[in-house]
Amino acid sequence: MELKQIRTLLEISHSEEIMRRYFVVNGYDGALTMLGLIMGFYVSDSVDLAVVITSCLAAALALGMSGISSAYISEAAERRRILEQLEGAMVTSLDESHHARAVIWIPWLVALVNGIAPLLIALIIIIPLWLARSGVVLVFGPLLSAMVVALVIVFLLGVFLGRVGGTFWLWSGLQSLAVAFVTVGLIYLVG
Amino acid sequence: MISVQRLVLDVLKPHQPNALVFARAVASLGEDYRVNIRVLEVDEQTETLQVTIEGDRLDFDRISSAITESGASLHSIDEVSVIGK
Repeated sequence: MELKQIRTLLEISHSEEIMRRYFVVNGYDGALTMLGLIMGFYVSDSVDLAVVITSCLAAALALGMSGISSAYISEAAERRRILEQLEGAMVTSLDESHHARAVIWIPWLVALVNGIAPLLIALIIIIPLWLARSGVVLVFGPLLSAMVVALVIVFLLGVFLGRVGGTFWLWSGLQSLAVAFVTVGLIYLVG
Repeated sequence: MISVQRLVLDVLKPHQPNALVFARAVASLGEDYRVNIRVLEVDEQTETLQVTIEGDRLDFDRISSAITESGASLHSIDEVSVIGK
């Protein structure tokens, strides 16, 4: 499948918007999950860094797999339904058309974005933990540094949403950050 | 050599791809293809077009394939202009 064909399929299926939404929503999920997990380890005293890294990696992989499978199943069903409706309106089979190809390819593309977003963001958040494990000295310590990275990512996702929605970027970023701080606060109270 | 120089087609297509993208897809089949589209009717999911294609040597099979690939359906050939050189 060529890049030009992929672009055509994205255009006729309006999938760019869906993929952008999935990227932000699941990326946000990934960042908050990692933040919560690391905060949990932070409030439980003296947990081995290897255990933290393994737990975070396992959670990241689970988020990725969940994102891929859930998006594929729902998108494939939705695309099939739309194609059937269109074939009904056209009173003909669209098997040879871009619309039929979109039913096959678009669910995979959307699923990949949906799965890769939380996985990628989670892996970025884990970087300070890996650095600390390999001997790099971090100013705030590994767990706090990872939480700062998570907060920065949450803020940036908010900024991105603000720009997409045409609202003030700083306000949108601060809103996302407020949700992250509430999450951190709740975990602190529970711990 | 007989060459088709003008075709007027009655085409039913879904709203996507839009008329501009559809016209580009047909026009890209030949360097001298000129495509003119008139939207005759718009329904909830489909639109009926009058597609006029002009060129020195139109390839009907490729045009028909491009129409099918776009998810459209060729209803009739309303006008043709053919030159026998």
